[in-house]
Amino acid sequence: MTQIQQINRLAGGARVDSDGVINFTYNGRPMQGVSGDTLASALLANGVDVVGRSFKYGRARGIVGHGAEEPNAIMQIGSGASSVPNLKATQVELYEGLESAPVNGWPSVDFDLMSIAGFFSRLMPPGFYYKTFMYPAKLWMTYEHFIRRAAGLGRSPVGDDPDSYDKLNQHADVLVIGAGPAGLMAAREAARAGARVMIVDEQSEFGGSLLASTQTIENRSASAWVDLMVAELKTFANLQMLPRSTAFGYYDHNFIGILERRSDHLSLSAATGSRQRLHRVRAKRVVLATGAFERPLVFAHNDIPGVMQASSVSTYVNRYGVAPGSRMVLFTCNDSAYQTALDWHGAGRTVVAIVDSRAEPNGAMLAAVEALGMEVMLGCAVIEAQGGKRVKRALVAPINAQGTEVVGSVQRIACDLIACSGGWSPAIHLSSHTGAKPQWDEAIVGFKPGTSTQQECSAGACAGTYRLSECFAEGAQAGAQAAHKSGFGSGVGLFPQPPVEEHDEYPQQALFLVPHTQRSTRAPSQFVDMQLDVTAGSIEIAVREGFESIEHIKRYTALGFGTDQGKLGNINGMAILAKALGQSMAETGTTIFRPAYTPTTFGAIAGRDIGELFDPQRHTAMHRWHLARGAEFEDVGQWKRPWYYPRSRASGGVESLREAVDRECLAVRNSVGILDASTLGKIDIQGPDTAEFITRMYTNSYLKLAPGKCRYGVMLKEDGMIFDDGVCACLGDNHYLMYTTTGGAAGVLAWLELWQQTEWPDMQVYFTSVTDHWSTATISGPNARRVLAKVCDDIDLDRQAFGFMDWRDGTVAGVAARVFRISFTGELSYEINVPAHYGRHLWEALIAAGEAFDITPYGTESMHVLRAEKGFIIVGQDTDGSMTPADMNMDWVVAKNKTFSFIGKRSLQRSDALRDQRKQFVGLKPLNPNDVLPEGAQVVFDPQQPIPMSMQGHVTSSYYSANLGHAFALAVIKGGINRMGQVVHCPLADGRILAAEIVSSVFYDPEGARQHVE
Amino acid sequence: MLLIHCPHCREDREEEEFSYNGEAHIVRPLDPESLSDEAWGDYLFFRKNPRGVHREMWYHAVGCRRYFYAARNTLSYEILHTYCVGEKPQIDAANEGAGA
Amino acid sequence: MKKYSGFSLFSNALSYHENWQKIWRSPKPKREYDVIVVGGGGHGLATAYYLAKVHGITNVAVVEKGYLGGGNTARNTTIIRSNYLWDEAAQLYELALKLWEGLSQELNYNVMFSQRGVLNLGHNLQDMRDIERRVNANRLNGIDGEVVTPARIKEIAPLINISPDCRYPIIGASWQPRGGTARHDAVAWGYARGADALGVDMIQQTEVTGIRRENGTVVGVETTEGFIGARKVACVTAGNSGVVAAMAGLRLPVESRPLQALVSEPVKPCLDTVVMSNAVHGYVSQSDKGDLVIGAGVDGYNGYGQRGSFHVIEHTLQAICELFPAFSRVRMNRQWGGVVDTCPDACPIISKTSVGGLYFNCGWGTGGFKATPGSGYVFADTVANDRPHPLAAPFDVDRFNTGALIDEHGAAGVAH
Repeated sequence: MTQIQQINRLAGGARVDSDGVINFTYNGRPMQGVSGDTLASALLANGVDVVGRSFKYGRARGIVGHGAEEPNAIMQIGSGASSVPNLKATQVELYEGLESAPVNGWPSVDFDLMSIAGFFSRLMPPGFYYKTFMYPAKLWMTYEHFIRRAAGLGRSPVGDDPDSYDKLNQHADVLVIGAGPAGLMAAREAARAGARVMIVDEQSEFGGSLLASTQTIENRSASAWVDLMVAELKTFANLQMLPRSTAFGYYDHNFIGILERRSDHLSLSAATGSRQRLHRVRAKRVVLATGAFERPLVFAHNDIPGVMQASSVSTYVNRYGVAPGSRMVLFTCNDSAYQTALDWHGAGRTVVAIVDSRAEPNGAMLAAVEALGMEVMLGCAVIEAQGGKRVKRALVAPINAQGTEVVGSVQRIACDLIACSGGWSPAIHLSSHTGAKPQWDEAIVGFKPGTSTQQECSAGACAGTYRLSECFAEGAQAGAQAAHKSGFGSGVGLFPQPPVEEHDEYPQQALFLVPHTQRSTRAPSQFVDMQLDVTAGSIEIAVREGFESIEHIKRYTALGFGTDQGKLGNINGMAILAKALGQSMAETGTTIFRPAYTPTTFGAIAGRDIGELFDPQRHTAMHRWHLARGAEFEDVGQWKRPWYYPRSRASGGVESLREAVDRECLAVRNSVGILDASTLGKIDIQGPDTAEFITRMYTNSYLKLAPGKCRYGVMLKEDGMIFDDGVCACLGDNHYLMYTTTGGAAGVLAWLELWQQTEWPDMQVYFTSVTDHWSTATISGPNARRVLAKVCDDIDLDRQAFGFMDWRDGTVAGVAARVFRISFTGELSYEINVPAHYGRHLWEALIAAGEAFDITPYGTESMHVLRAEKGFIIVGQDTDGSMTPADMNMDWVVAKNKTFSFIGKRSLQRSDALRDQRKQFVGLKPLNPNDVLPEGAQVVFDPQQPIPMSMQGHVTSSYYSANLGHAFALAVIKGGINRMGQVVHCPLADGRILAAEIVSSVFYDPEGARQHVE
Repeated sequence: MLLIHCPHCREDREEEEFSYNGEAHIVRPLDPESLSDEAWGDYLFFRKNPRGVHREMWYHAVGCRRYFYAARNTLSYEILHTYCVGEKPQIDAANEGAGA
Repeated sequence: MKKYSGFSLFSNALSYHENWQKIWRSPKPKREYDVIVVGGGGHGLATAYYLAKVHGITNVAVVEKGYLGGGNTARNTTIIRSNYLWDEAAQLYELALKLWEGLSQELNYNVMFSQRGVLNLGHNLQDMRDIERRVNANRLNGIDGEVVTPARIKEIAPLINISPDCRYPIIGASWQPRGGTARHDAVAWGYARGADALGVDMIQQTEVTGIRRENGTVVGVETTEGFIGARKVACVTAGNSGVVAAMAGLRLPVESRPLQALVSEPVKPCLDTVVMSNAVHGYVSQSDKGDLVIGAGVDGYNGYGQRGSFHVIEHTLQAICELFPAFSRVRMNRQWGGVVDTCPDACPIISKTSVGGLYFNCGWGTGGFKATPGSGYVFADTVANDRPHPLAAPFDVDRFNTGALIDEHGAAGVAH
């Protein structure tokens, strides 16, 4: 394909380098732009008119604006995994090799089968989908399939994001948002006062509106003045400047989210480091200098390509050196837009006419254009644009003074560009994120920022101040004040006001909807929100249907819901509503702006905390040994715990979970196994009131627990439900070690601290988390003592001398150790604790010592099987936050006559805790010994009952036991303890119904003899 | 994200360091056994939920691990002040928000 | 009420849509009503509708301080499912789901209930035990559901990451095909239109400031527009329940918390179902407009500000990027917060009170939207008959005294 010339490129253009040619593609067509271009300015330079199709009516749309307000030029940028959907062409900096394509329009934007004209578009009034697609009911999903296909803008990539994103936490005394005239002055004053200042701006370079201005400041062009100013700001060491950085959200307590685009303006090969950076800024003071958006004029067919914002036309001409057309009609209701006529004329193009809705404007600007011989049509309006893919003519007619009616004959004026200005709307978005309610101001015909709840102020155009000299003054004052209030300077500006050439303006007219010869419901579409195809007529229809609140209108018509969030037409929409309701703008109010000011990349908000950094992994000191042994791991909280240790089968292949667990369990029961128990929570508790304190926390008493002794305890929440369990050891006078479950450690510590600090601050008790201080290896099985004896010679291991539930200090494998004779398997067990970094050494010494006994490492799965054979509960698996100790058949752990009413005790006396038929903890023995009941299976008494069935409980733990030679389960069943011997049924999803007998929850060694073996 | 002054650390710290523990100044009954189910249920579950200034308890979990109290406006999220357990609040209860 | 249909759309197009009937009247309040429903959100409007439709009580007003459907109805992520764990909750949500299935036709208003299914992901062994337990309970309660493998999850949601190398790999899920999403505003508007057609008055921009009682019985409400008499007052004011209860001297075990949500820019269809994960803390679906609609758990503190803390949004998007790495380059268009009234057991209160003729329906936490039709149905029945509907009985406020809580934290924790 041949290269298209940049037919609309002008010589000059303040901020582009016309020699710096950049190649890019649009819709597969190669094009050229120049350095400094946005994609939008380059497309206009290349004469591209249609950049998309509207999503509801499929209408051809062109570029309207030049920044964040652009509703139409929505592009898919790049390709493959680094593609980005929905970027506004006006905000995409051109780079070599950029690939762009419009997001809507099938099969192409220039020939769109979806385009719906005339009467058919009338079949889609606001909310039409609420009124149709209902019959027959079953067809809705089919209708919806086509609705979904038609909706949406660009495409999400399907591959993993190749880029990374990072975050920076920042503190600023003064944060200035927006580097236009007010922001630049504010930053300079605040920096000069000595405050730590940040100034951020969404554009590629600082200057804001000055970058496209033809005004003279300090005898220089505005553009040259900006360069000087930026150079001056760079001399402040206490000033941080962030271009390409959008303050997207203003959150509580002066927390501001800022997205810096670091490499989006570079070609893929030039981009290094993170793509975008989220600055999380906490500022003492914020100066909002976010400028204003020019308001559109809403007239019939105002969406035809070639209808543009007047300030955007000026920006393309002055800043980018692009003239998007040749014959312009300027349509305005205010003086500011006259500059566009001068700019257009200066670019050597023709101003066909200036159409001013005001009958008798009388400003200096009027004189200036008349001096150039331009035709000015006063008291007139462009009531309709005509053309297909490009404006061909404007229909102009005189209107009444109120701007509500056409009062004369319509004149057709040929042109290819209609530049429009409906006045200005302050960019109050960030202010309103803070909850400040926008205030309508008739003087500026716009909403101004409301009373702030945060430490901020607005300066310049975003505060409704439009004259350049006043923006300078207000910005300087805001900067000096912000610095002062954060502790710097006197609050008075130190720099002289830059002299500016400007002239007085004649007052604007409030013209939110341009009248047509037909009323809005019948006139050709007058678009208020182009991205969502919301017309003035549709707002009026919504009002006729009874929707009266601005929030209802917004929701019913979708006004302002687009990716531009209605930055252009929202105010027009509200005014049209206000008029339809006969209300004032102040009564009608505005919708609430929410973050994000402009769309913000998910990946940047997520930052680095994804992938392996999503959540920390906790490993024990023995972790690498487990890895080397090929262990499979289980996530338990943040810990990685060995789940089982599959070995190679003699017959080839690797053991299954079941095979490995059978082997591990048999090894523990028949000889000895070893478990990494380091992850158990450990809290060191000291102080003279410790015994009393923990006796209040546990259900049983610790007042008489002697040094050297351990006791198992259960903790309840105050509602009486089991919350955690574990062994607590008395280490010495006023010194205890509390074990918690692996997952419960942090919660238990916070729980203890809560009670001590807030309820019983007089009790002298001190808590230290020591989970990470110790490595724990548990050896369990009839040969455990023999293994320990090989590596420990300073503890008397005699079974009487070192009894069950005792602990001893000693030396194990040459390391000072605490050894606990406690058991979670029911076998003779020792839990050996050494300082954490000796964990691997201890482990390997025990493995070596156990070699003669074929010591077998076992994981959490075998641990679960072994404890379940003994009927020991696992909190969180066998309990679920609704089980009391009595429910778990553990009344033995509840002391009946403690003097203090321990935490949760009173709740055990509530009527629901005392009722019959609570779920109770029992064993289940499947009638078929090989049926392993699925954990989570529901238990019913009558398997024939039709659905809904009466569920009596559920299976909490279930395994095959190699030791017992059959499957078994633990369950909670209503009234289960009094139902021993009854047969219950588990109806499964696959249609099987498994039967099991209710039995004791203790399947193995009910007398507890095994933990006392010689 | 709130910026919270820890009265123990005497520093303004990010909300991420803290956790919230609900209404402040809930006192555990001295003799729970003597209470009716209603009175006990009240202690367990019924909390003030004002639209306005709320006395609440925070926990500097990733800091000094101390609990403390705050008077915070639940509408504006402004924290009027924070104070240690055992300290008297500076804000008069009469000035606090409506509702229960 | 003039019926909506393709034909009515066509004929109204001929007259430029200038002759549509008002969706509801805006009457001045009468002096007295049989029932005043305080709160014009989805639940309140549904209550009014079923009072009129099922119980023939049409002398009813809905009094709303703002605009209809402007509270959490307008702010939620529109997920509908009934796969709750406990019988009491599951049966209530299943009633709601059954009503959803015919709601567009019942109301002659397309609420766009779209049964594209709900996946609740499991990331560890205990998650999977809980999922098995819940799905089994659902099945035996007559609620659809199955436990699915990662491979099946990948078929249902092709962009999801099922790599076993994730920090918390997906190892399974529950799948409720009948779950899905609906168009939230339409639900409020549809019920309001339906109730209005049956004679219910919609009183907007009128705030209830007091509940007048005589001899322990309700006689009406004080409002910003004056006193309105009522024989019964039914309060359905999510986000303000505690404040309204205080007007009658009542306390509720309810705390109001911010619940945040966000949407992306619209993208072409890329996610055809609802995906939720408690363990990595986030959930996502794609609306008909193309937005990815995303949410997470409630913020940590009490708040009425309809906004929460940014770090919650960060964690939520970390979860979404973890589950769907391809969404990393999609952009957040808008975020907001609602105010949810949470109960200690994550279940609602549907209850008579100690004041005669005064009823409360509140505390739905994160589960409110999906329950809308069922909530309105059982609450209307409770109010009409002055005794709890059988499905509402377990949700009496007295459970906080007896201890008969219905702990749905597992089902409600993050996920809605």
